[in-house]
Amino acid sequence: MAAEPRGSNGTVYHVKAGPDGTLLSMKDFSLWYGLAQALFNVSMTVEKGLVTALIGPSGCGKSTLLRAINRMNDLIEGLKCSGKIVLDGTDIYDPSVDVIGLRKLMGMVFQKPNPFPMSIAENVTYPLKVDGIRDKRILKETVEKALKAAALWDEVEDRLNENALSLSGGQQQRLCIARAIAGEPEVLLMDEPCSALDPVATAKIEDLIDELKGRYTIVIVTHNMQQAARVSDNTAFMYLGRLIEYGETSVIFTNPKVDKTMEYVTGRFG
Amino acid sequence: MKPEIVRGDSADASETSAVENEQLLSSEKGAREATASEASDHIRAKDEMLPEKGGRGVSRKSMVWDFKARGEPFLWGLGGALTIGIMMIVGFVVLIVYNGLLTFYPKPIERVVLKSGAILAGETTRSEVFRPGPETLKNLSPQDRKLVEDLNGYATRNLYRTGNFDLYNDDFRWVSDYDVAEIHRPRDLIFLERMEWGPFIGTIKSADFNGKIVDKESLKWDELKLQHRQAEKRRKRVKEIERDQLGAINHLLERDRLKLRKVEIKHGKQSAEYLRTLEDLKGKEDELQSRHEELSREAAILKELDAKYTVTMADVGGREVNLRISDMVRFYPANDLSFVEKLGIYLSRWWEFLTDEPREANTEGGVMPAIFGTFCMTVLMSLAVAPFGVMAALYLREYARQGRLVSLVRICVNNLAGVPSIVYGVFGLGFFAYVLGGSIDQLFFPERLPNPTFGTGGLLWASLTLALLTVPVVIVATEEALAAVPQSMREASLACGASKWQTIKNIVLPRAMPGIMTGLILAMARGAGEVAPLMLIGVVKMAPELPIDQFFPYIHLERSFMHLGFHIYDVGFQSRNSEAAKPMVFVTTLLLIFLVFLMNAASITLRNRLKRKFFTGHF
Ligand SMILES: Nc1ncnc2c1ncn2[C@@H]1O[C@H](COP(=O)(O)OP(=O)(O)OP(=O)(O)O)[C@@H](O)[C@H]1O
Ligand SMILES: [Mg+2]
Repeated sequence: MAAEPRGSNGTVYHVKAGPDGTLLSMKDFSLWYGLAQALFNVSMTVEKGLVTALIGPSGCGKSTLLRAINRMNDLIEGLKCSGKIVLDGTDIYDPSVDVIGLRKLMGMVFQKPNPFPMSIAENVTYPLKVDGIRDKRILKETVEKALKAAALWDEVEDRLNENALSLSGGQQQRLCIARAIAGEPEVLLMDEPCSALDPVATAKIEDLIDELKGRYTIVIVTHNMQQAARVSDNTAFMYLGRLIEYGETSVIFTNPKVDKTMEYVTGRFG
Repeated sequence: MKPEIVRGDSADASETSAVENEQLLSSEKGAREATASEASDHIRAKDEMLPEKGGRGVSRKSMVWDFKARGEPFLWGLGGALTIGIMMIVGFVVLIVYNGLLTFYPKPIERVVLKSGAILAGETTRSEVFRPGPETLKNLSPQDRKLVEDLNGYATRNLYRTGNFDLYNDDFRWVSDYDVAEIHRPRDLIFLERMEWGPFIGTIKSADFNGKIVDKESLKWDELKLQHRQAEKRRKRVKEIERDQLGAINHLLERDRLKLRKVEIKHGKQSAEYLRTLEDLKGKEDELQSRHEELSREAAILKELDAKYTVTMADVGGREVNLRISDMVRFYPANDLSFVEKLGIYLSRWWEFLTDEPREANTEGGVMPAIFGTFCMTVLMSLAVAPFGVMAALYLREYARQGRLVSLVRICVNNLAGVPSIVYGVFGLGFFAYVLGGSIDQLFFPERLPNPTFGTGGLLWASLTLALLTVPVVIVATEEALAAVPQSMREASLACGASKWQTIKNIVLPRAMPGIMTGLILAMARGAGEVAPLMLIGVVKMAPELPIDQFFPYIHLERSFMHLGFHIYDVGFQSRNSEAAKPMVFVTTLLLIFLVFLMNAASITLRNRLKRKFFTGHF
């Protein structure tokens, strides 16, 4: 790491380093929705091949930060931001960056499952279709590979042409994960992927995240402390738009440096 | 239900409700047996009355229903509004369907002898109650006057369709009850529909089959039918020659003339090209001319033959009329028909109505050209309005920066829907026909000038005018449909690396399609029933040619056409005898409604199919 990022309270972060180093680093990133500032000078790194969890109370800006990484926030009118998010040496907010190309590097899974009203297979191949890939063989391989990776293949193997909306909520969410990884992205961004699911489906998705670790760099937003503790390598705690503490998950959950973090992870938070 | 449930229910709501719960349990023992929902009602009721308790001391907690609060009167109002709406629609449909369906059913003919000694015969059409004036009453015989006075001065009168316009100068006659001496239904009275002059009602006197005179006694019905069929065959052949074959030859001649004219405009009259073309066409023209003469001769021979087969008919007064058999469309003894025969006549009339061309200033015959014109125009209009409306809405909703300008555009679009349709007609005539069409004529059809080709009303311009008229409906509906596509779908697509256009094309449009179709259906229904602008821009009373025929380029968008809506107006209000045209108005209205219904049903089926595709599933 070149310069050790510091929190707004001056804390130095001690994160678990990824085997291949840092993938993404944010420097003093701030963001405004119109006049309201939602992020304040966030500086952190995302380690390649690891799972990074974003935790914090509701409204603290976790989704905003996550959506800043693949520039989904661009859709919102009156959005302003400052600072840098550097990926592979380029600032992704540089005017020369192709947003569409950037999003192709990142798969995203949303809080609520949002499959397209198409067949299961068409859902999975949508990122390829967008890329103009028409080769039947490639598409078929991708469907199988992505669905297997998302642990859904066994359940839908013989109904690939059925409407995706006929799947259960948990299956739909795994389908969305399959769709997110079908385009072979570098990063997987997950915004509370289990919030609409029951414990069994949640466990399946957690297993899946474990499975995908190493192959993909994963950033996950979650309200579930146990989940963050179970699946992530590094955890970032945010509060009121600021990054309060960021570090190795075991440290954050057992021995955090900031009192606020302690209060939050132990559930003594107002 | 048990009070535990009440407690449990409010306990996990919030702290405050727990306090209320305590109050409830302590103060209202009776509520213990109440159900959970009733209990919470009580809480609310108590809440409301608390501040007033000291002031008036009147508890509002009363067992009497408060109608205002419950909203029953409003509910009745809503139901009543719906009922009135449905009743109006059902009444209208029943009126149209009843009259439309009965029109073609053969009615009996009555022979009426009046007290004055006059005789008349006619189909019973309808009767009404009226109040004879004092003048009329004074002229009545004492018994008749008593009859009328017994009925409080009212009398009944019947309308008879007497036909025989050529003899009486009238088709209908009112006959008052007190004038009638006797009524019969003689079996030998014939109802005869003719090519001209409307129906004839009377008896057959004799027939002349090419010199062979057959009198009434020895005339066999079957033989007359046979002769009639042959005469019909000849009539069809004559029509085929005159309309189709001679029409085709004239068309070819005209085409050659235009070709020559084109060369003349391009190269001048003295040029070698002109002379060569002239030479070329000369031979062809002669050939066509001789063919023309040949066909005309055949038609003349057939017509001569027609003149030799005649029937002599007499009306009830004994006045005789000589008729060609080939001029007879349909004849039947109205009082001597079995049910099956009546049904046969009924169906054959419907068939004629749906497949034939109009006769006699549109009051008789069929409406096929009008059906065809309405259909073509509606389809063309839909083809034009769909892409324009959808593209405009896409831009407004998806691409334009949502600001004051877009709101302004939206308001303008909505207001366009309220502009009187005749204004669109004027605009269509002025802009499409005169400006656009005029330029097209100058550029592409100079040889036909001064006769306009596109420079006058026609199918294309009428369709475009109606498209303009209905485009606001499509825009508004499409915008609604686009706005209803969940943001999460768009985000999912964009997150997959799709561009905005790919997202719209793959996700948004298919998903919004049912809503867009709804807009199109509304637009289509409105367009199919619109008449006023069409009167200015291409619809005519009688179009000589259909917009689609066997001559290149097969679809003639510049031609004027007939339209069912205009047909109704024309028949009902512009014909010589509105009474005679009335049944036709009902039948045509029925047909127009049916046609609109059919086109709507088709698009609704399509929409539902799309809906099923995009909105199935559960969570
Ligand atoms: N589209 C938007 N326009 C304006 N303000 C927004 C918008 N989206 C979010 N915000 C604001 O930004 C702040 C951060 O929101 P964000 O959605 O990132 O919170 P979050 O941490 O994801 O909360 P949660 O855990 O409830 O999902 C909130 O105060 C919110 O009101
Ligand atoms: Mg969020």
